[in-house]
Amino acid sequence: MAQKVTIEPVTRVEGHGKVTIHLDDNMNVAQTRLHIVEFRGFERFVQGRPYWEAPVLVQRLCGICPVSHHLAAAKALDVIVGAGTGHGLTPTGEKMRRLMHYGQMFQSHALHFFHLSSPDFLLGYDADPAIRNVIGVAINFPELATQGVLMRKYGQEVIHYTAGKKIHGTGAIPGGINKNLTIEERDILLKGADPLNVDKMIEWADSAVQFFKDYYMKNREFVDNFAYFPSNHLSLVRKDGALDLYHGVLRAVDTDGNKILNDVDYQEYYKYIEEEVKSWSYMKFPYLKHLGKEKGWYRVGPLARLNTADFIPTPLAQREFEIYKAHTNGKPNNYCLHTHWARLIELLHSAEVIKELLLDPDLQKNDLVVKGTKGNEGVGLIEAPRGTLFHHYKINEDDQITMANLIVSTTNNNEPMNKSVNFVAKHMMNGQKEITEPMKNAVEIAIRAYDPCLSCATHALGKMPLDIKLYGPNGEKLDHYRS
Amino acid sequence: MSEKVKFTIDGKEYEGAKGQLLVDAAAENGVYIPVLCHWKDVIPAGSCRICTVKVNGRFVAACTTPVEDACVVENNTPELQDIRKAIVEMLFVEGNHFCPACEKSGDCDLQALGYRYQMMVPRFPYAFERRELDATSPKIFLEKNRCIFCKRCVRMIKNDKGQSYFAFKGRGKHLEISMDKKLAATMSDELAEKAMKVCPVGAILRKEVGFSTPIGQRKYDNVPIGSDIEKLHK
Repeated sequence: MAQKVTIEPVTRVEGHGKVTIHLDDNMNVAQTRLHIVEFRGFERFVQGRPYWEAPVLVQRLCGICPVSHHLAAAKALDVIVGAGTGHGLTPTGEKMRRLMHYGQMFQSHALHFFHLSSPDFLLGYDADPAIRNVIGVAINFPELATQGVLMRKYGQEVIHYTAGKKIHGTGAIPGGINKNLTIEERDILLKGADPLNVDKMIEWADSAVQFFKDYYMKNREFVDNFAYFPSNHLSLVRKDGALDLYHGVLRAVDTDGNKILNDVDYQEYYKYIEEEVKSWSYMKFPYLKHLGKEKGWYRVGPLARLNTADFIPTPLAQREFEIYKAHTNGKPNNYCLHTHWARLIELLHSAEVIKELLLDPDLQKNDLVVKGTKGNEGVGLIEAPRGTLFHHYKINEDDQITMANLIVSTTNNNEPMNKSVNFVAKHMMNGQKEITEPMKNAVEIAIRAYDPCLSCATHALGKMPLDIKLYGPNGEKLDHYRS
Repeated sequence: MSEKVKFTIDGKEYEGAKGQLLVDAAAENGVYIPVLCHWKDVIPAGSCRICTVKVNGRFVAACTTPVEDACVVENNTPELQDIRKAIVEMLFVEGNHFCPACEKSGDCDLQALGYRYQMMVPRFPYAFERRELDATSPKIFLEKNRCIFCKRCVRMIKNDKGQSYFAFKGRGKHLEISMDKKLAATMSDELAEKAMKVCPVGAILRKEVGFSTPIGQRKYDNVPIGSDIEKLHK
């Protein structure tokens, strides 16, 4: 008799989602879906607001990576106030924003790996759920857990000194930034008392990469065979092909590494990307227009970024990038769980960039804002921790926002997450007589690899966790798991 | 030199000038009586009632009541503090005060009083009034949903001919702040800046300069409202 499994809520992700898995008469997986069941509608209620409010208002989408929304909105408004994009700002304006962003990248990646994902690796995906969590990590691996907590704290401090607050600050304004970094603030971040200084952060981030490599070497079969599937990959890259998380051109590669979007100006993103709406989810499905819905979907995030970028412009991260790329002979990496590896390399890169910026005297200068001829439309893209984030605004002659379009990182990963759920469900559940908790957690691990922020993705408000329901062929509910 | 009078506030004796408004006399003696509609040396309106005190046992507005010799004033009592807290709560529920995205956050008198009186959640139901925004002026953005009807802008923001840029429109629950669109089109940057400054909330916003003061340097980031007065005599 066919069944339907529901995993609701999905745990250790940001936001609320559920998974449904339909099994046929032979207990084989017939259909899987990741449902995002929240709705909030930021795009609608920013309409009518003064445009300069957007960076502060829209960042309330999220408490984990508000800096991404803050900066993407500010970048879009840079275009509107005539400051241009990227290097159009003053050196202090751009570098302060970069420091804020890399601080956020550092804290978010640390949060995701140590707090959310490491329990699966350190304690086992089939460990008792009562200990398979951050508390279990703290009890069994106190040194690692402490490093995770303090790395996040350090990243939050960087945000505090650049945005004014650790969460939901106001640093970026149209055309620049509202403060520089004082010598005192710089020195706290650069050479604060151990361990909260940048050199220790680089050391710990490096050791986190080594930790994952060790784990990988011991569990290679599990890691490589977990939700592997080919896909396209999309991200911003610097004009010279370097990894750049703050600004660049839009590049996409296919599963063989061929460029299918060749370093285009993101102001015209709508020429290349379209979104499909499906009735069973509030989250849209973006795809590359010229390839169509079936072939045009793509991944974003750390895995995608290390597939699109040609190199990483900091030495330690570049060293790790070369080792990482060697595993796929320089070709794009499509191993779902390698996303964690890529994320940790980015963690290391972020710490290195933070140090570079802290040593840059431009941060102490006072030329903070630049403006030019005002326009009525602007697009801002940024590489958020979870992937490429799009903000697009139009304003009227009275300075009110008339249109907002947000394509959030997790939305870009909608199809890949669904593919991953399908892969793992089939792999773990096909032909099984009983659906066990570890099988369901494996489905969650696949989702977790993308570090999804489901609240952001639907611009939604709701409860956190994940729900799995198991349905039979006649639609009857056979099992219901809610974590 | 004006005639001096002696009076008490909460049992302590103070001295003031005869005819001086009680709120100003208290401030000069280091006693903070909260205000929202009052502005020193501007004809008082007495509209917000946050300065409610008891004088000789009767509730009065300290911003409209002259200090008199031998008067006995109650100010910092649990009863009056609760009344003031209730007024702050009523002002919050009557408008749409979304502090997280308001650029006056940190500079807002109403928000600062919410903190002073430790308002956690209003005891009154939200009114959900919905008033249209007026963005037509090239200099200012009028967010009518945040107006608390203090009338400071009506009384203080005028052109050389004494014409007011702002006025009330409607009655009762339909009352709202409005601006003269023709006059507002000619407003100078200086006057726009003054209008935003005198507004105790985020109803009048200067265009295109929002959030330029970093967190940490805003008016109430480091010193709670009233502490500048209270420290005078500590």
